[in-house]
Amino acid sequence: MYIPVEGFMYPNEVELQWSVLIVLYPFITGLVAGAFILASLERVFRVEAVKPTYRLALLTALAFLLVAPLPLQLHLGHPERSFEMYLTPHRSSAMAMFGFVYLWYLMAVLLLEIWLDYRRDIVVKSQTSTGIMRFIYRVLTLGSNVISERSLRIDERLGYFITLIGIPSAFLLHGYVGFIFGSVKANPWWSSPLMPIVFIFSAMVSGIAAVMLLYMITTRLRGKEIDIRCLDKIAQYLMYTFVIDFSLEMLDLLQRIYEADESFRSLDFMVHTRLWTSQVIVQILLGTVTPIALLGLTQILKLTEKTRKRVYALAGCLTVMGIFAMRWNVVIGGQLFSKSFLGYTTYKMGFATREGLLTAIALMILPFGILWLLVKLLPPWPDASSISASGEFEQAEPVRSLV
Amino acid sequence: MEVTRRHLLLLLPAAAAAWKFVLAGTPEASPNYKLAEHWWEMLIDIPKCIGCGSCVRACAQENDVPEGYYRTWIERYHVADYQIERPEVESPDGGKQGFPPDESSGKNFFVPKLCNHCADSPCTQVCPVGATFISPDGVVLVDKSYCLGCRYCVQACPYGCRFINPKTHTAEKCTLCYHRITKGLTTACCEVCPTGARQLADLKNPKDPIHEFLRTHSVQVLKPHMATGAKVFYDGMDGSVR
Amino acid sequence: MFKDIEHLIRLATVMAIAVVAFLVLRAGVVPRSFGQYGHYRGAAMGEIAARPIAFAGHDLCETCHSDVADQKRQGKHVVVACEACHGALAKHADDPASLTPAKLDTTVLCARCHEANSAKPKWFPQVVTADHSGGIACDTCHQPHRPKIETKPETESKAEGKK
Repeated sequence: MYIPVEGFMYPNEVELQWSVLIVLYPFITGLVAGAFILASLERVFRVEAVKPTYRLALLTALAFLLVAPLPLQLHLGHPERSFEMYLTPHRSSAMAMFGFVYLWYLMAVLLLEIWLDYRRDIVVKSQTSTGIMRFIYRVLTLGSNVISERSLRIDERLGYFITLIGIPSAFLLHGYVGFIFGSVKANPWWSSPLMPIVFIFSAMVSGIAAVMLLYMITTRLRGKEIDIRCLDKIAQYLMYTFVIDFSLEMLDLLQRIYEADESFRSLDFMVHTRLWTSQVIVQILLGTVTPIALLGLTQILKLTEKTRKRVYALAGCLTVMGIFAMRWNVVIGGQLFSKSFLGYTTYKMGFATREGLLTAIALMILPFGILWLLVKLLPPWPDASSISASGEFEQAEPVRSLV
Repeated sequence: MEVTRRHLLLLLPAAAAAWKFVLAGTPEASPNYKLAEHWWEMLIDIPKCIGCGSCVRACAQENDVPEGYYRTWIERYHVADYQIERPEVESPDGGKQGFPPDESSGKNFFVPKLCNHCADSPCTQVCPVGATFISPDGVVLVDKSYCLGCRYCVQACPYGCRFINPKTHTAEKCTLCYHRITKGLTTACCEVCPTGARQLADLKNPKDPIHEFLRTHSVQVLKPHMATGAKVFYDGMDGSVR
Repeated sequence: MFKDIEHLIRLATVMAIAVVAFLVLRAGVVPRSFGQYGHYRGAAMGEIAARPIAFAGHDLCETCHSDVADQKRQGKHVVVACEACHGALAKHADDPASLTPAKLDTTVLCARCHEANSAKPKWFPQVVTADHSGGIACDTCHQPHRPKIETKPETESKAEGKK
């Protein structure tokens, strides 16, 4: 395959090492971390307004977290050797810790929190459902049907504690992804102590926007009324985090422009040519400034509910697109220039190849499929939790408010 | 000229001990080789490089380097007057077939490149599983039966010395001809360099002429600000080289 | 007392079993030589060193071809190793009958080093082959192992006269 090169690249640099799949990876883990942080708002910071999205956010986080390692696996030259990361993790490698951070987050935080939160529902369903579903729910109960008031209260306390651990864990999961890039001293486009922080805030932005959109879509699909108080609150949080995220990114940019070190001329040229559309137009103008302005308008102007919903939907879509563009510009942009600062290469994305566009699209659809299954298995709707509960189970309902 | 291997062994007792290991490629290094007694590096004498590409060809042949990838390569620099921050550089096919004649004005010279076998190498630092490492004798190697092919090391190398072998799907790089130097031979590139622009040296060998050379010459490493502990020393290198 | 946390005990048991299973698996799967010298498979060095060589090295060539070595010693090409021109010949060194080195085309070979190029160091002898020989093979005049053309006394004096 012929790859157009401008100027001089070291001869081994012409081919890009990390493809669109590695763009997906931080995008997906970002959604996970962001969705989880939104969920914990309700639990830890007692923001009652966003309660309708609590369980949906948790399931969204789980659906995306299950998909997160797939682009990495598909990208590896030897996926069958990936377990070596658990067997002989290299302590000095930022990447080696990924396996452990991922497992910790999946097993100790997300699955546990969901399990504790849903346990009453699971036990009820293991007794009311039939066939294969009954078997699945029975396995999920781990063979214990204890849902006494005290046991549920213990679950609630434990769940609260896990959420407390979960917030720094979510930061770790994604901040650490930022560190994988930020710690590469050979690459001035990546090497920045701000990278993990920028990644965390952009993760929160994308996760909050995604859950907001999912909440709007699922509520509409179910023919229910959107809780506008909840939506207003989410949009408000989205705007605040976005402003912080944007400030951090601009700080990074300003520092680079003012310092203008040896790499600046090369990177500046790249931003003005190869990255102009994806960075300046899509990421900054359409994906950041526009949604912040739109969200700002809803705070200033007194808009009708209908208009607000539309503005939120538009801002949400632009935000998710903008954050995806940000991941693209970091991962792909960081490989387009030569480490000699004398030339540029081109990224040619395959179509139906292992690391091609088709795979990327499939990987982006997959979490929604998983989410659909999870929603079927563990309905997250507030109105669904009390259904199918017969007599003795109903008394457990007020437990949540006890804590 | 009818010489059998038996004759050869008689002729050359010193090499004889190593020869059967040399050719058969048995897993043991030659019997006299001790890991702790060597610390390998290379010296590149830029004013001696004629850009013939012999090293690049020999490397490819000795190590079966795939087409389009380079464990060593040569760059041609053009520096106009004072413009050391904006050199023009080219390396057609890594300089494997030499360089076309060019009579442009300014300062022109060749720079051979290879893995710097850094003592504090960023590539081994980032390897998640320990598939690449610095051997006790100072050579950065890749364990191709353990490498995941995650490519993090390729990103981490400031010098562009690593690539992914399209056949094995694992990281690959210069081994400093580890299969040769452990048997008393020099590297393939140093063997064929017609002007002696490349010299393998052993810093732990007090008799190695490298010590005298380093004492009497101004040498540099590539990108010293990267602080990688690079062990390929360049003599007579221009400030424009990166 | 434990009745209300029965499910948590079960969960802890499942997790403990998973951790133990991992540790057992790890002990069995990690390569034996891992960690012998550092955080890597010690055996890898031996495997890399086991690669068969392609270039025999000029010391070995000279044990048989001492006549050529003597000839080279009289000229500037003494510094050029045999395989720089003749190519990798470890197979030939091992069993001379198995591989006979190909005859070299000096029109191509010599130009690789001696074709004029502004980036080549000034001290290095270089010619524009088109002007210098007009496509005639270099070994018509030069003897590659000892390239300097031996001039007869009369031509030598002529050349001096020109100066």
